[in-house]
Amino acid sequence: MIHLRGITKRFGNYPALHGIDLDVAPGEFIALLGPSGSGKTTLLRIIAGLEFQDSGSVLLGGEDVSSTPVADRHVGFVFQHYALFRHMTVADNVAFGLSVRRGKARPSKAARHARAEELLRLVQLEGLGSRYPGQLSGGQRQRVALARALAIEPRLLLLDEPFGALDAKVRKDLRRWLRDLHKQMGLTSIFVTHDQEEALELADRVVVMNQGRIEQIGAPDAVYMNPETPFVSHFVGETNRIPGAGGEIHFRPHEITLAPDGAEAVLVDNVFRKGAVWRVEGLLQGGGQFVELDLTAQQAAPGLGETIRFNARRSRIFNADGDQKKGVQP
Amino acid sequence: MSLHPTSEAPVTRAVLIGIALLFLGFFLLLPLLAVFSEALKMGLGPFLDAIHTPDALAAIRLTLVIAAIAVPLNVVFGLAASWAITKFQFPGKALLITLIDLPFSVSPVVSGLIFVLLFGANGLFGAWLAQHDLKIIFAVPGIVLATVFITFPFVARELIPLMMEQGKDDEEAAISLGASGWQTFWHVTLPNIRWGLLYGVLLCNARAMGEFGAVSVVSGHIRGETNTMPLHVEILYNEYDFVGAFAVASLLALLALVTLVAKTVLEWRFGLHAGARH
Ligand SMILES: Nc1ncnc2c1ncn2[C@@H]1O[C@H](COP(=O)(O)OP(=O)(O)OP(=O)(O)O)[C@@H](O)[C@H]1O
Ligand SMILES: [Mg+2]
Repeated sequence: MIHLRGITKRFGNYPALHGIDLDVAPGEFIALLGPSGSGKTTLLRIIAGLEFQDSGSVLLGGEDVSSTPVADRHVGFVFQHYALFRHMTVADNVAFGLSVRRGKARPSKAARHARAEELLRLVQLEGLGSRYPGQLSGGQRQRVALARALAIEPRLLLLDEPFGALDAKVRKDLRRWLRDLHKQMGLTSIFVTHDQEEALELADRVVVMNQGRIEQIGAPDAVYMNPETPFVSHFVGETNRIPGAGGEIHFRPHEITLAPDGAEAVLVDNVFRKGAVWRVEGLLQGGGQFVELDLTAQQAAPGLGETIRFNARRSRIFNADGDQKKGVQP
Repeated sequence: MSLHPTSEAPVTRAVLIGIALLFLGFFLLLPLLAVFSEALKMGLGPFLDAIHTPDALAAIRLTLVIAAIAVPLNVVFGLAASWAITKFQFPGKALLITLIDLPFSVSPVVSGLIFVLLFGANGLFGAWLAQHDLKIIFAVPGIVLATVFITFPFVARELIPLMMEQGKDDEEAAISLGASGWQTFWHVTLPNIRWGLLYGVLLCNARAMGEFGAVSVVSGHIRGETNTMPLHVEILYNEYDFVGAFAVASLLALLALVTLVAKTVLEWRFGLHAGARH
């Protein structure tokens, strides 16, 4: 469906993307995940044709669109701040892509209206067509923006932090709803987020970006369980990093077992309930690194000032170059 | 937070408000009243007669013509400049922004002189123009040029901050939906900036009709031909025709009042609009 080959982009002297390769299959739901400034938006805009790469090529459905302007790429783009046309009604917003078509391709007013109604029903905003964007809540506006993008029957849906401006509860509802919509309509979608929870929950595959490079591409489970670089290990999920033989040892808070003769010892200075587990925080004896451990809540919580010993059940070791040496997986 | 937004003593407040009102009354209201009372001193008859002289009518006509040329030109220029500045990156952008303000920072008389230096009989293009029998200085084209120059910041300066604030998301959304550049401008950009644009046009128009300095340098003061209303007022005044001078001046003052009212209405609508935005 989408093939990106060696995409690079500079803004003045600043290299925003260094040689991005990415392939997306039809029907996939892809998350671009990365910290602020990692180039996610830039990449998404290059796929859309809102920005052009300095080198490399963009193929959509087998067609090289590297220098095709956005208007001819037939992709739906949803902006973080909705970008709804505030002087138009919701229905006119949704029908905009149809009403700007020329000649025979332009549906009649009645047909456009019917299509807008249909899409508003799809995004569960039936009956709000005659309102103005200013009269809607943030979540409703984002759904209008989505309906507007879908009206042109795009071959690809691109969303830049679609839930970034919404509060946590609305985000969560919309997330699940978007996932369902994607499946139901058989869309191919790419969305940008810097919220790892969102990426892991929604996407078929997660593309982790850092400083204009792709660090890892994989299913959410694989990215979480087997991070390939120290960056991914640190950025996705919570990770403890302690020095060890041959490099830095990375392990998740839950990848440990308590043992009286454990290799590591922690002086507990904070304990609280985190959902189904006890989260224990403290400093590692010897190195002084801050570590976080999860203990099943069936057992008694360790007391403050107590020293507990544990072994990392599962861990990853990265040497100074960031290469992974081997996984200690007993 | 304290109960009162400002904690000055009531006396201080009264004094400050008093000074502001006195100042306004003395420098703005009083002259305005003086203009109208002088114009109508002999009654309505002489007032209308003064406006009905061929020279006065010619001046009014010329002023309207000048504004009718200068304002549309500056609307097009202002839109183009603010579009370029806010939606594109290009070398020389900072220079363009600075240049737009030039007419505000240069004395109008100097602006007029620039055109004399360029197009006057001894000017840079003077000989060439004479050869081709073209007259710019001391003729209507010179007045148009000077007026366009003087008034070109108004629309652009109104639109640039507005368009900067609005960003280019709306335009990008429109083109991603398949709209052409023209459709995007017409259906998305223009509606977004219409109140600001109208406001800029009003200010531009008021200045185009009222400009004295630059126009005075290039006009040549030919009665019935190259006199605009402000120039005509000066001539009548210098000839001790006070009723005539103030009658024409009162028309200009009326224009200012209409502009002020329209501006207030717009600001009110504008405020309403901005408030309803998000
Ligand atoms: N138009 C531009 N001009 C100059 N630099 C830019 C431009 N757009 C992006 N950049 C720079 O390119 C880098 C990548 O930006 P981008 O917007 O793609 O990051 P992002 O991953 O989307 O970040 P965020 O999560 O903050 O949105 C940033 O350092 C940014 O400053
Ligand atoms: Mg971004």
